Amino acid sequence: MSNMKQLAPHVDVLSCAGLNWSIKGVPIVRDVALQLRRGETLGLIGPNGSGKSSLLKLLSGIRAPASGEIHLNGVALAGMKRRDVAQMIAVVEQQAETSDAITVLDAVELGRTPWLSALEPWSDADDGIVQQALIDVDMADKPKRAWHSLSGGERQRVHIARALAQRPQILLLDEPTNHLDIQHQLSILGLVRSLPVTTLIALHDLNQALACDRLAVMDKGALIAIGEPSQVLTCELLRQTFGVEAHYLTDPYDGTRILRFRS
Amino acid sequence: MTAVFAGRLLRKISLHTAWVLAVLLAAIIAGIAIGETPISLSLVFQVLANKLWGAGFVLDPIDEGIVWNYRLTRALVAAACGAGLAISGVVLQSLLRNPLADPYLLGISAGASTGAVLVAIIGIGAGAISLSAGAFAGAVAAFALVALLARSTGAVSGSGQIILAGIAGSQLFNALTSFLITKSANSEQARGIMFWLLGNLSGVRWQSVTLAVPVVLIGLAVCLWHRRSLDAFMFGSDSAAALGVPVRRVQAILIATVALVTAVMVSLVGSIGFVGLVVPHAARLLVGVRHGRLIPVSALAGAIFLIAADVLSRTAIKGQVLPVGVITALIGAPVFAVILIKAKGGR
Repeated sequence: MSNMKQLAPHVDVLSCAGLNWSIKGVPIVRDVALQLRRGETLGLIGPNGSGKSSLLKLLSGIRAPASGEIHLNGVALAGMKRRDVAQMIAVVEQQAETSDAITVLDAVELGRTPWLSALEPWSDADDGIVQQALIDVDMADKPKRAWHSLSGGERQRVHIARALAQRPQILLLDEPTNHLDIQHQLSILGLVRSLPVTTLIALHDLNQALACDRLAVMDKGALIAIGEPSQVLTCELLRQTFGVEAHYLTDPYDGTRILRFRS
Repeated sequence: MTAVFAGRLLRKISLHTAWVLAVLLAAIIAGIAIGETPISLSLVFQVLANKLWGAGFVLDPIDEGIVWNYRLTRALVAAACGAGLAISGVVLQSLLRNPLADPYLLGISAGASTGAVLVAIIGIGAGAISLSAGAFAGAVAAFALVALLARSTGAVSGSGQIILAGIAGSQLFNALTSFLITKSANSEQARGIMFWLLGNLSGVRWQSVTLAVPVVLIGLAVCLWHRRSLDAFMFGSDSAAALGVPVRRVQAILIATVALVTAVMVSLVGSIGFVGLVVPHAARLLVGVRHGRLIPVSALAGAIFLIAADVLSRTAIKGQVLPVGVITALIGAPVFAVILIKAKGGR
């Protein structure tokens, strides 16, 4: 999907093994092991409550696992400072909202937080990075727009711009197209795919997931399959995990494979 | 490297700082000059010149005493308390993501009253500790209880927990205070306690200044140091963590800092309401939500607001000094209403 994949196809930038996490005794993530390869877009799918969001929170270090290990470029995440992690991993949450009267620029400038110490003043370089991030998400013409006047799609773009302003190596996105209309869904996904970073993206729409380099499937907190989309998303798996009957069609427009569902 | 950054930062903020200090100084001088007995500006400057540089103007020692020992200390403590309460309000509102948060949310005011009542009425400490010391001990005890309660309910990052714990702690200590007053106080003592609880700058002398000013400066420095972390809480604590903020540590440092600042202020002048609630909102309307600007502007606005409220409390009714908390509430409540309406209209 991206050029970097061909350059270094099998270097794991983020990996985890034996990952467990529970809330008040209820297991949410169970014994998950996966490797994120440099430059790839790995799609994370699974039914509601399968643990996708929780896994993303563990991998980004926002939550600490009950057991198991996470490695970022070969270094144990647990021993790293939060700031150092945030210089490498950016997270776009499912629905991060604020009641503060902020502007687009305020929100995107937050992305520089991990790079600025308390004594370090804001610099022209920071301005440049923020500007580029705004250009990347096509929001450069409205930096002064108030957050509350933005549509859902625009807010999501701003969140992605904020994540880009972190200049991360890895981007973790939690259902970034949720609640968006189809036009905005496609533009956000197109944007994410065009970014020159390693991406782990939780998705609900299985047809959109088919466009990822690889797919990881979660069910009841466990990782039950990982690999090429066509090999992972079998009719058998869809029946067992999602409880739907499905078959593939071929799009007469461009020959891509499409999933069609029946309950 | 750090020295270079510090230099650039200093140059950037020095001009603003000069402005801020000039405005604050003007407010303090106005606070000294205005009063039941008006004092001319030239006299104010002459006293200050005598005391600060030994200028040697020949002045009436009574005037000199009023300016130096009464009005100046009052204005300085009012400024420190106003600034301290305002920055505490900013920090708690941002950290807990609750626009209704104020410095007394953590049970500090309720604990201080219990402590003060214990000293004043029951006579704990037998005169060895002052009302202020008792109030401070009560405030710290109440905050410790609230923090412990919030912690044991599991989530430091869950802002709901600490607010609920604060309400529980405040209710408990308020009940204790009422119990002690009804059981033991005579009406004279009850009146004195009431007056003190509503905020009272009359007892203030240089000793209070030497405590209040350094405490608020340290509090200001700690909060400004964490200004970017505070910004990062805009989208919640998970978002702050994803931006590299060590959430629990920053929350613990900042909450402890504002708790201490508030406890010191309450112990010196009683619980003056509305400054910590209203001033941050007003400052946000002026300079936006970024803490690099919001914290200093709130501190300045809080300082000026409380100096003005103190002047009003001394001059509003001839021959009588009102509790300054009554003035802040009388001004604060309608101002808060206006801010609410404006903020809603702005969206």
